[in-house]
Amino acid sequence: MDEGTATPNAADEADLVARLKAGNEEAYEQFVRENIGRMLAVARRMLRKEADAHDAVQDAFLSAYKAIDRFEGGSKLSTWLHRILVNAALMKIRSAKRRKNEVSIEDLLPRYRDDGHQIDPPTGWEHTAEAAAQNREVRELVRASIDRLPETHRTVLLLRDIEQLSTEEAAQQLEVSTNVIKTRLHRARQALKTLLDPHLSGHGA
Amino acid sequence: MNCQEFIDFIMAYLDGELPDESRIVFRQHLDLCPPCEQYLDGYVKAVELGKRCTEGASLPADVPDALVDAILKARRAAES
Ligand SMILES: [Zn+2]
Repeated sequence: MDEGTATPNAADEADLVARLKAGNEEAYEQFVRENIGRMLAVARRMLRKEADAHDAVQDAFLSAYKAIDRFEGGSKLSTWLHRILVNAALMKIRSAKRRKNEVSIEDLLPRYRDDGHQIDPPTGWEHTAEAAAQNREVRELVRASIDRLPETHRTVLLLRDIEQLSTEEAAQQLEVSTNVIKTRLHRARQALKTLLDPHLSGHGA
Repeated sequence: MNCQEFIDFIMAYLDGELPDESRIVFRQHLDLCPPCEQYLDGYVKAVELGKRCTEGASLPADVPDALVDAILKARRAAES
């Protein structure tokens, strides 16, 4: 989330933080306007409903406003805000009703014979990820496939691979052990591969 | 190491978290087992695709004015 052009230099940022801490209203508006575009993009990535994405962004800004005194400048303001938003989005996900017809993760993992060989050995994928990602249909397919993952696994994939949180940060956010994060991430990636296989393997596409 | 164990170890291998001995066995299996080589290739690509295909969505989004207003209002409400 540190990409983008709105990255202020350190002095500007320190100045903004100081004004935010002083309760300056214009500073808050500047803070909101500079960050809201990327915030909303992240929230839309994590939440399926537009209204939920709006709620999460709004909750995150308010939380940031209330917690600004505790921001110590050890990280960048945008990174700090990103973590607050991820937290707000996770609260939304938790409170949402479980989806009907959720696939079970076991159905998306490789199956093995008793001797440990795969029952359905994979065929190779024709293209590099870089080339495949150029294709609009592939991009939509990948996003839809991530969406189909069981929620517990989708969440971990989002936090680790997409929002780039560390294993420890993800464990903290989800209140589980780092081992649970690792297991879920590995399974989520395998499941994503399974969902993409028929479309991207040599015989499919 | 059989194929199931190989696949279980993929993430640790990619993260450089396999102890030396396991890494050597892992690489031996990789050299000898085309299905696992393909599996690893697809796994790495799936991870990379996940990242690449959501990147576009991380560009600043179109922000409805109403949302900005609601956020600024919420702060004033919290203030009073
Ligand atoms: Zn094998």
